[in-house]
Amino acid sequence: MRCRGHNRSGSEGVTSRRVNQDLPVIARFEVRYRNYLAPDGSIQRPLPSFASDSKLLIELYRSMVLLRLFDRKAVALQRTGRLGTYAVSLGQEAVSVGIASAMREEDVLLPSYRDNGALLWRGVKLEEILLFWGGDERGNQFSGPVHDFPFCVPVGSQAPHAAGVAYALKLRKEPRVAVCLFGDGATSKGDVYEAMNFAGVHKLPLVFVVANNQWAISVPLRQQTACETLAQKAIAAGFIGEQVDGSDVVAMRAAGEEAIAAARDGNGPRFIEAVTYRLGDHTTSDDAARYRPAEEVQAHWKEEPIARLRAYLVAQKMWSKVDEERLAADCHAHVEAAAERYLATLPRRPETIFDHLYAELPEVYAAQRRELAGEHDA
Amino acid sequence: MPEATLVEAVNLALARAMEDDPDVVMLGEDVGVNGGVFRATAGLQKRFGAERVLDTPLAELLISGLCVGMAAQGLKPVGEIQFMGFIYPCLDQLVNHASRLRNRTQGRLTCPMVLRTPHGAGIRAPEHHSESTEAMLAHIPGLRVVMPSSPERAYGLLLAAIRDPDPVVFLEPTRLYRAAKGEVEDDGQALPLDVAFVVRKGRDLTLICWGAMLKETMAAAEALSAEGIAAEVIDLATLKPYDEDTVLGSVAKTGRCVIVHEAARTGGFGAEIAATIAERRLSSLLAPVTRVSGYDTVVPMARLEQYYMPSVERIMTAARKVCQFS
Repeated sequence: MRCRGHNRSGSEGVTSRRVNQDLPVIARFEVRYRNYLAPDGSIQRPLPSFASDSKLLIELYRSMVLLRLFDRKAVALQRTGRLGTYAVSLGQEAVSVGIASAMREEDVLLPSYRDNGALLWRGVKLEEILLFWGGDERGNQFSGPVHDFPFCVPVGSQAPHAAGVAYALKLRKEPRVAVCLFGDGATSKGDVYEAMNFAGVHKLPLVFVVANNQWAISVPLRQQTACETLAQKAIAAGFIGEQVDGSDVVAMRAAGEEAIAAARDGNGPRFIEAVTYRLGDHTTSDDAARYRPAEEVQAHWKEEPIARLRAYLVAQKMWSKVDEERLAADCHAHVEAAAERYLATLPRRPETIFDHLYAELPEVYAAQRRELAGEHDA
Repeated sequence: MPEATLVEAVNLALARAMEDDPDVVMLGEDVGVNGGVFRATAGLQKRFGAERVLDTPLAELLISGLCVGMAAQGLKPVGEIQFMGFIYPCLDQLVNHASRLRNRTQGRLTCPMVLRTPHGAGIRAPEHHSESTEAMLAHIPGLRVVMPSSPERAYGLLLAAIRDPDPVVFLEPTRLYRAAKGEVEDDGQALPLDVAFVVRKGRDLTLICWGAMLKETMAAAEALSAEGIAAEVIDLATLKPYDEDTVLGSVAKTGRCVIVHEAARTGGFGAEIAATIAERRLSSLLAPVTRVSGYDTVVPMARLEQYYMPSVERIMTAARKVCQFS
């Protein structure tokens, strides 16, 4: 098994630091690593049962391809002044697509700003995502499940919401699960630990998923944490943490299925560390070339999730060049049509910024609304 | 009607809300077995169970964030922060999430939560337990900030806050928890939010206050009446959004206004009221709007806190000054 911890040399790892050997060991912990498809698409170990469903694998593949094309279009729109700051999923498409595919509609998604793949899978329309990043709150009034949370922009602050959601689900004895996604930078925040700690205490139906893409803007993982893995942070909170090859969508889906099923069955939370890599910039406002060596990025291109699944599908004779061309054309048309609809969406009237401030607008702000609308109070 | 202290009135309202609505959930540090450090939640866990009256880990950010998640799922969480000095880890959740979840999602998700916390100085508490930073909270769009000044209003306003479909921060005047007694009918009747209470009528001068300062302000009003000055006293009760109409109506009548608050002067909520009066009732004014407030200092610890807090004498001095103005 390949060690994917960032302290790759065992002798430097925390667990092997010299301690007084005479003292008794009172606890031992372990972190497992899950992968199925190697970067060349070959099989590492027997695949989970869902992998025999070629339609499902192709659907996962299609979602990742669609996401990549969508990202490209969004960046083009941003570069031409038609979209605000945007965060691409390049290289980590398997994380949120894989996890979301393991959820049921009634489960609750709490995504970070880089989880477009999960929203897409949950039924949110491309033009709605564009609308949000284009500066229009209507993008969060989306077509996905009505109870799903919108993107969380402050890092990690959705984790306590997830614990609150999961507590509500448990209190009402509903067989639903909250799934909370965030990045490696978020694991440095108290928010995430506080939520994990509470989820552990109450055995909540909650799955935490960290997309460990190695970089929090310009700060590398080794400056985020001295831990060998992020998965082991679950141990401190009293539940299972697993490390998964986050560029292997089969592994992400399998880990998600297992964790979500366990949570649904009342076995409490799980933590999934998806080890992946951000091939792109942090956002369209970032230039990763300032802090990240090109050789490192190039090396990770060899592991990226789309080529990997395609290699497997082709090897299994489930996928052909013709299929690929048809899919590319189909996704391209889908993205272009969504972009057209987004660009054709007219802004709302300015005074509508008051319309969802409170359930019922207090009179003092109704007066401000009239002021903005150009109506003058008598 | 039975008599209750302010903290007993809070307890009555919480129990009533839980009885009436199975979606109401209490959470906070020590709120369960211990019934809260001030006993505001006493007996509730025994009555409603540990799932609905929940002792949380010692983590204020978590308490406020849990409330957001619970509320988005349709529960009506009432979180307790043990002292206002510990509310600051909640600000991220209040500013970035609770207050704007409805707006962010254009009404798809809402956040009907209440965050309760004791507020203000005057109980000889340790450092960090005495601050009055209500203006900071009242500055947040989408939030409600409510502060009762009597047992009756604590009961009625807390019920209103819990039933309100939007997030409310409910600031309970610590100094009055046991000092204020009054008749409280546990009839489940809420009082209106966003409405100021005219607690004393008068023609010469408007005194505006909230929370614990009502005590000193009323004492000053009584003493001033012996000097022939008839002061109208307004208990603002809801600071966000505050009842401009009642304030402006009173000032239009009296032409004079003194605002009393325990919080530090600069950027305090008194400045907001003074600015509104200056914008909209300048022509009614016979004297400058004046503030009696805490000083722009750290709230001193027990030995000196009485010198920081507005006294009856300071309020009277300010009132006499605006009345002599011509």
